[in-house]
Amino acid sequence: MSLAQILFYVMGFIVVASALFVASTKNLVRSIFMFFITLFALAGLYVLALADFVAITQVVIYVGGILVLILFAFMLSGKETLNVLQQQKSKFISLSKLPAIVLAVLFFIVMVNVIGKINADNLGWIKQVIGAKAEIKPNDEMINNIGINLMTRYLLPFEAISILLLTALVGAAHLARKESKA
Amino acid sequence: MVSAALFCIGLYMIISKHNAIQILIGIELMLNAAILNLVAFGKYDKIANGGQIFALFAIVLAAATTAVALAIILNVYKKYKTIDPGRINNLKD
Repeated sequence: MSLAQILFYVMGFIVVASALFVASTKNLVRSIFMFFITLFALAGLYVLALADFVAITQVVIYVGGILVLILFAFMLSGKETLNVLQQQKSKFISLSKLPAIVLAVLFFIVMVNVIGKINADNLGWIKQVIGAKAEIKPNDEMINNIGINLMTRYLLPFEAISILLLTALVGAAHLARKESKA
Repeated sequence: MVSAALFCIGLYMIISKHNAIQILIGIELMLNAAILNLVAFGKYDKIANGGQIFALFAIVLAAATTAVALAIILNVYKKYKTIDPGRINNLKD
């Protein structure tokens, strides 16, 4: 087993374990900070998939932006949440959560089945790429290519997403404004 | 496998939690599962970079979603003094 494989398994274990902890813990603060660890480990997985630019973006946007936003929302609405925390029973699996667990496990079984069936290494186009030795190698410089593609081949999605982001920002600012005396 | 597990944890969280912020984290987990798949298969697309670029788009979309959702959560909290979606029972005033 090569070093990259060992790293992949370690990262994957960290991601799944910390996500499970995020889902199961009662304490919202701990949940948020374990989500932080999940995101970092995911960035590590992206590096292992040879997508370092995406990994950096993940760290900057998710860890720097989204997590801070979530923390803000938690702190601005925190008093009631903390009160609820103390009242909750410490049972891990209660009856009201049973449907959710059953649904999630069933979905997981279906997905594992599908992954087993498609047999990703023998998929047609992947075989073709590997045959042509055209997959991304670890020492390839991909950022130039990403930038050029972003401005030529994917220009329309890029503009669409920028408009959407502008709309979302305006909408968020409108929603969060102080109510005027009308 | 990791992606599937992550998606299912997110699904479980969305259904079972009584806290809008935790539901939001669940949604983020599911989005991350999708991004992980995009990136993993983007490895085999050297010329067009489809996987990686759409992963970037997905991250930006997630950021926009979160901003709007948090604004809504704050507004709801101001009005109802709770962020439990099960206890919010009317839409306007």
